[in-house]
Parts: sequence; structure tokens; C-alpha cells
Amino acid sequence: MTPSPTTTRPRPLSPNVQIYRPQLTSVLSILNRMTGIILSACAVVLVIWLVAAAWGPQTYAAVQGAVASWVGRIVLFGATFAFFLHLCGGIRHLVWDTVHGFELRSIYVSGWAVVAASVVLTVAAWVAGALMAG
Amino acid sequence: MDPKNIENMRTPLARAIGLGSAKEGVGAWWAERVSAIALVPLTLWFAASIIAHTGSDYATFIIWLRTPLAAILMILLLIAAFYHTVLGLQVVIEDYVHSQAKFATMIAVRLGCCALATSGVVAILRIALSS
Repeated sequence: MTPSPTTTRPRPLSPNVQIYRPQLTSVLSILNRMTGIILSACAVVLVIWLVAAAWGPQTYAAVQGAVASWVGRIVLFGATFAFFLHLCGGIRHLVWDTVHGFELRSIYVSGWAVVAASVVLTVAAWVAGALMAG
Repeated sequence: MDPKNIENMRTPLARAIGLGSAKEGVGAWWAERVSAIALVPLTLWFAASIIAHTGSDYATFIIWLRTPLAAILMILLLIAAFYHTVLGLQVVIEDYVHSQAKFATMIAVRLGCCALATSGVVAILRIALSS
């Protein structure tokens, strides 16, 4: 009996992300997932920060010092952008869930709106923070 | 009668019931959306509060966290955020982690999120309720 051709021949593979040219739609889709993972890590930091505050002034000062350092600030700036990108991207997804905005033009308009809003909100948040700090 | 003919006599609906992957998926889908909607005002309130407290000292921050509104919204934020995190990471794990590792990773993520959310809530209650 001859072996089944499926066992000897390599199975065809469907093209994956590394084949296609990146587009706004695919990049935002991947970024929504990546920012979700980044924000999961941010949630861990949030708990560390709250536990430190409950622990006492010294522990809180240590965490606050790490956040206020240059590395801390760069990470926090990235986290702010990740938050706004996930928030705006999430709202875009909630609109899609109501079966609206699926036309090609609407998808690109909402996509660029998400990018623009995330940049503006991130900059606005840091400008407001800098003004509060005085 | 030939078993094949019996199969043909079943209605398409009878053949479809119980098949496919969508068994409890609708519940997870709704939970992700509902927690997302809850997180929109909660995270915006949190971001605004943190910005307002930029440069505040420990005492000022604690006084703020001791107000009932801040304590309640903070606890709600933690619950909604970690619930949403579990649902989101579950999708990621289902896509990239396979075999027994998938089950173990999923359990670890769920237990970790439960532990973190509980720790955060206890920390807020300690701050808010201590005399």
C-alpha cells in the first residue's frame, strides 16, 4: 500500500503577517493587542504603587523615586501612549460591535483618528502634568 | 435502514446543535465589552486624578485616597481592569500558547490577576479605613 500523499508532502501554509505589507488596519490591530499586554504590566505596577502607599511614607517614596527617575519617566510616557492607544482603539472596536463604520473609507478615517487622538491625548496629559508640577 | 440515510433524514439544525467552538464564547465576548465600557470612565478619572496629583507629597495623596469617592472608584477600577486583563490575556494565550502549557499559563494568569486585584483592594481599604 502506498503511503498517503498528505504524510509525505509538506502541507501548504497560508501566508502570515511576515508576508504582507503592513497597513494601517493590520498595524493598529497588532498594536491594540500589544498595548493590551503592556497595560497588563502597568496594572501590576499600579498594585505595587498602591501597596507601597499603604505600607508607609518610606516605601511610597522609594516607588515614587523610581517613577520620577529618567528611566521611570520614559517608561511612564510610553505607558501613557499605550493607554490612550488601547482606549481609543477599544472605543473604535465598540463602535464596530454596533455594526457601524465597516466601509473601507470609514475604517481608514477611524484608524487615523485613533492615531491622532492618542498622540494629542498623550501630549496633553504630560503638558497638564508638567503644569501641575509647576 | 442504512445509517447514512438516517443521517440524511436529520434536519440541518439538529446536525449543527452542539457542534462548533461557540459554546461559552458569547459570555466571554459580552464580559470583555462590558468591562471595556466600565473602564472608559474609570481609567479617564484615574488619569485625570494622577495628573492633578503630579508633584503632590505623600500626605496629600493619602488624603485624596481616603475620600469615599476616590476609594470606591479606585476599587472599581482595579476589579474592572484585572477582569478585562484576564479576558484579554486569555485570547492572547489561546492564540500563541499550545498543548499543556496553555492550560498552565491560563491558570497562572487567572490566579495572578486575582492575587493582584485582591492586594490592590486591601491596600486601598487599609488606607481608606485606617484611623
